[in-house]
Amino acid sequence: MTEAGTGPSPIMMASASFPDDQRFGLRRQARLAGALRLDSGASLGPVDIAYETYGRMDADRSNAILICHALTGDQYVASDHPVTGKPGWWWRLVGEGRPIDPARHFIICANVIGSCMGSSGPASLDPATGEPHAMRFPVITIADMVRAQAMLLDHLGVDRLQAVVGGSMGGMQALTWPTLYPERVESCIVIASTARHSAQNIAFHEVGRQAIMADPNWRGGDYYADGQIPSAGLAVARMAAHITYLSEAGLTEKFGRRLQGRDAKTFGFDADFQVESYLRHQGLSFVERFDANSYLYITRAMDYYDIAEDHGGSLANAFAASKARFCLVSFDTDWLYPTAESRVIVHALNASGAQASFVELSSPFGHDAFLLECPELNRVVDGFLKGGRA
Amino acid sequence: MSLRPDLALIARTVAPGSRVLDVGCGDGALMAALRDDKQVDARGLEIDGQNVAAAVGRGLSVVQGDADTDLAYYPDASFDYAILSQTLQTTRRPDRVVEELLRIGRQAFVSFPNFAHWRGRLSLMWGGRMPVTRLLPDTWYNTLNIHHVTVDDFRALVKERGWVIDGQWFLKGDQETTHANANLFAEHAVFLLRRG
Repeated sequence: MTEAGTGPSPIMMASASFPDDQRFGLRRQARLAGALRLDSGASLGPVDIAYETYGRMDADRSNAILICHALTGDQYVASDHPVTGKPGWWWRLVGEGRPIDPARHFIICANVIGSCMGSSGPASLDPATGEPHAMRFPVITIADMVRAQAMLLDHLGVDRLQAVVGGSMGGMQALTWPTLYPERVESCIVIASTARHSAQNIAFHEVGRQAIMADPNWRGGDYYADGQIPSAGLAVARMAAHITYLSEAGLTEKFGRRLQGRDAKTFGFDADFQVESYLRHQGLSFVERFDANSYLYITRAMDYYDIAEDHGGSLANAFAASKARFCLVSFDTDWLYPTAESRVIVHALNASGAQASFVELSSPFGHDAFLLECPELNRVVDGFLKGGRA
Repeated sequence: MSLRPDLALIARTVAPGSRVLDVGCGDGALMAALRDDKQVDARGLEIDGQNVAAAVGRGLSVVQGDADTDLAYYPDASFDYAILSQTLQTTRRPDRVVEELLRIGRQAFVSFPNFAHWRGRLSLMWGGRMPVTRLLPDTWYNTLNIHHVTVDDFRALVKERGWVIDGQWFLKGDQETTHANANLFAEHAVFLLRRG
């Protein structure tokens, strides 16, 4: 737990900033005009986006920052989660007195399409049938998520972003933004991420998907009517994925081979070890807040992600039209999206002449480091954002 | 904040509004001075993560990387100047690094501590020990300087490769010193080179 004075501060001023404009504030939802043409060739419409905004837009609309969330993240970047009651998932970076500060910035965070926190996804109702889309929801890509965000910005009247910021899958969206909308992005912060999903990344995701689809309750995705959800499969998927978010050193330090609430091994298959108990808890609590079909769709979107592939095989080409400043951060113990992946991006940005910064920070926490206490990360983000406004 | 003497000299010489790549930029002191005083578009490459974090924290564009390997990713003639200040002697192949600087920049500043300074010579001659001086404060086993070089060594390399010297400056403490007998009396050398 955090100590007094260093914990999250509640976001209060957001809705007060725009007393008359229902588009701005906490827990907003918008139905966007028009259909979204997807990479698959299918179209999605109408598109609902659930989002939050904090802070106030400048008169010249120059202080908007879009935060992009990770695979199982949501729009509650800096306000308490309505289901878990936990503070916003990036309160260390976003909030009063933080590098991204509603006192200075107009901050937007939207639930990605395909997800299950209020944006259009497999669990949301298909207006044509009144039933959940389930697996009839079209397959989406990271670029489709970004296009939906661009539609939301149109709706909010935001032409240009001072910055687009994300970690992990959020970093994939952030990095995609200047390739799709070079004229709308002034700067781009990509943390613990990559320009493409590797074979290993895809492999781990496939394990998770197969766990879900092997659960007898999955039933081809049509489990919404009776509430018998594929919780066992989804929990296993989460357990496997959770291991990839940590480091071996971190696991050893936290759990070692310590036993869970017992003095000796039971010679059975109970959770003898603390690490087993921890993972089971992670799996069980995850199914309370996340939809199994959304997990299938979003992991698929990540697996299809390869920015260079979309630009003739050249990553440098992808950024040719962009004038954005870039800041990349990796963590030395992150083996899911290791430093080498960030270096690939940096080399492409150097080749295209873009203004790029890159640093590998040290942390014992593996991939999860981007969500945890890291004063150097805050310093880098703060300096980078202010550096563009010298 | 005052710049190290060799950096101050480079900062004075760089043309306003130019594009600069500072290789081994440390915490970005020179880049910040060039940006603030001469409206230079400065980019940096630095191997130490804490230095990079400090430089990015002051709003500079700095990439964490290794001069020996990462210069290959910069396009030809993409900068007016490439700067290598007190980093030459720490690289694995100083000659290749300078070749890369001259490929990336139209001109290159190279500064290094002169190992043939008389104090170092005396230390070797009378003490029989590798010099530990104000400018070379580390002992032989923990110094980052793996390719000690003298003014005359560097001039010989320049001649051998057919590079052109557009400027050269020599420093003793904070002061500029004469070219005469620089190899004996200069503590620091700064060269401005271009391809022949």
